[in-house]
Amino acid sequence: MKHIQTLETRDMAKSLQNGGCGECQTSCQSACKTSCGIANQPCEKK
Amino acid sequence: MIHQYKMNGYNIVVDVYSGSVHAVDELAYDAIALVDAGTPRADIAPRLLEKYKGRPEVTAADVADCLADIDELTAAGKLFAPDVYKDYAFDFKNRSNVVKALCLHVAHTCNLNCEYCFAAQGKFHGEAGLMSFETGKRALDFLIENSGSRRNLEVDFFGGEPLMNFEVCKQLVAYARSVEKQHGKNFRFTLTTNGIGITDEVIEWANRECHNVVLSLDGRKEVNDRFRKDLAGNGSYDRIVPKFQKLVAARGGKGYYMRGTFTHYNVDFTNDLFHMADVLGFRELSMEPVVTAPGSPEALTEDDLPKLFDQYELLAKDMLRREKAGQPITFYHYILDLAHGPCVYKRIAGCGSGTEYMAVTPWGDLYPCHQFVGDAAYKLGDIWHGVTNTALRDEFKLCNVYARPGCKDCWARLYCAGGCAANALHATGDIHGVYEYGCQVFRKRIECALMLKVAESLDPALARPAAPADSCADCGSCE
Repeated sequence: MKHIQTLETRDMAKSLQNGGCGECQTSCQSACKTSCGIANQPCEKK
Repeated sequence: MIHQYKMNGYNIVVDVYSGSVHAVDELAYDAIALVDAGTPRADIAPRLLEKYKGRPEVTAADVADCLADIDELTAAGKLFAPDVYKDYAFDFKNRSNVVKALCLHVAHTCNLNCEYCFAAQGKFHGEAGLMSFETGKRALDFLIENSGSRRNLEVDFFGGEPLMNFEVCKQLVAYARSVEKQHGKNFRFTLTTNGIGITDEVIEWANRECHNVVLSLDGRKEVNDRFRKDLAGNGSYDRIVPKFQKLVAARGGKGYYMRGTFTHYNVDFTNDLFHMADVLGFRELSMEPVVTAPGSPEALTEDDLPKLFDQYELLAKDMLRREKAGQPITFYHYILDLAHGPCVYKRIAGCGSGTEYMAVTPWGDLYPCHQFVGDAAYKLGDIWHGVTNTALRDEFKLCNVYARPGCKDCWARLYCAGGCAANALHATGDIHGVYEYGCQVFRKRIECALMLKVAESLDPALARPAAPADSCADCGSCE
């Protein structure tokens, strides 16, 4: 595409079908302890 | 829903429900805005041609190409994707009661007396105390018993200052290691410390046993020592920095974070991050806005907010400069894994406080997280009898991003999952509320983090290794 470059991202709607294994890290546990964000947690499913 | 913004010369479009991120030229940026505004299709091309009439390279054919790109992405579900999750959110009332992470308050006491401490100098507005080995052991057993089929279990040694109870920390790790295999579990320990109690033995232990260490340092000496003082009022910088440096040097690449707090007194907090990187040699950095009562002298103000936005943007741009120079630093809130990040369940359910994540006091009481400890209304139960306040647990189970009216129109809601329940409670009196100040900071951080991803994708000077051709596009193993 000439006008738009799309970054590679996880297909969010697809993750609805087979996500939710729960093995990922509890987001607040890792470094912040005072503000929540989940976007920086990697998925544990390989 | 989409979100458009410009930063560092990039035009960025985020498609909220697909999670797609697009870097676009000016024409596409304007075209997408017109489509988003509900402009009749027949009016879009004439309006764009009128706007760009001084630009001969923007022809009618070019505009048609651009609109075709938008149509193609829309059809592929990567632009203007519908919200297909909202009905699923209500299934969270049937979430399992699996617990996978505990914040162990092994010491409700501290050897520092930091004036801004949300934990009230480690005592959480209650009695001082140390967790016994027996209580800690029972907490680990409680975690194993309640973790279902989850393999990875997280335990954070927290306080107060956990190293004031180091012997028990060691004993608990040894106990966990002795039982994890038979239960099919993998314990990941984290240590959060102010550094005063670090010894060679602590370094050896933490670097062998702890998946991550969080080292509290606010940055420049004068900034750190303004709040991070000992009981006699002496600053801690000179004592803790050499210990942190020794620990990190011996860590052999394992995870760590230098974790600072910034306040109204140092809204120029990037200078503290750069001090930690350039003067002290640390590379893994985290810096948090202070959590304190509104009106306190150290509390961040509305007037601080534009300055903070500038700081976050400055940090992102400087991180690109460092990356190009081959000296990258990591900032916790700018870490984004767009290709292998959280699934949508995580993005809706959030941090898991009160359900899969709980805090344990030195006496074995359970709270939804460390920030609720000391508030009797939020006691969930204890490690011997389990969660007895099931109504409270159910309230937390349902406290997802779709349960927060204030999140309804926010483009960043699948990056924060509705935010911190404790912050919401303290700001609004309700865990379903929204801590708007924190939200504004969060949105700015995500904009910066996404800009970094765009730059890493588009700037040839940022030598990111290309993904193998067969890695993701058609793999789907995540799903």
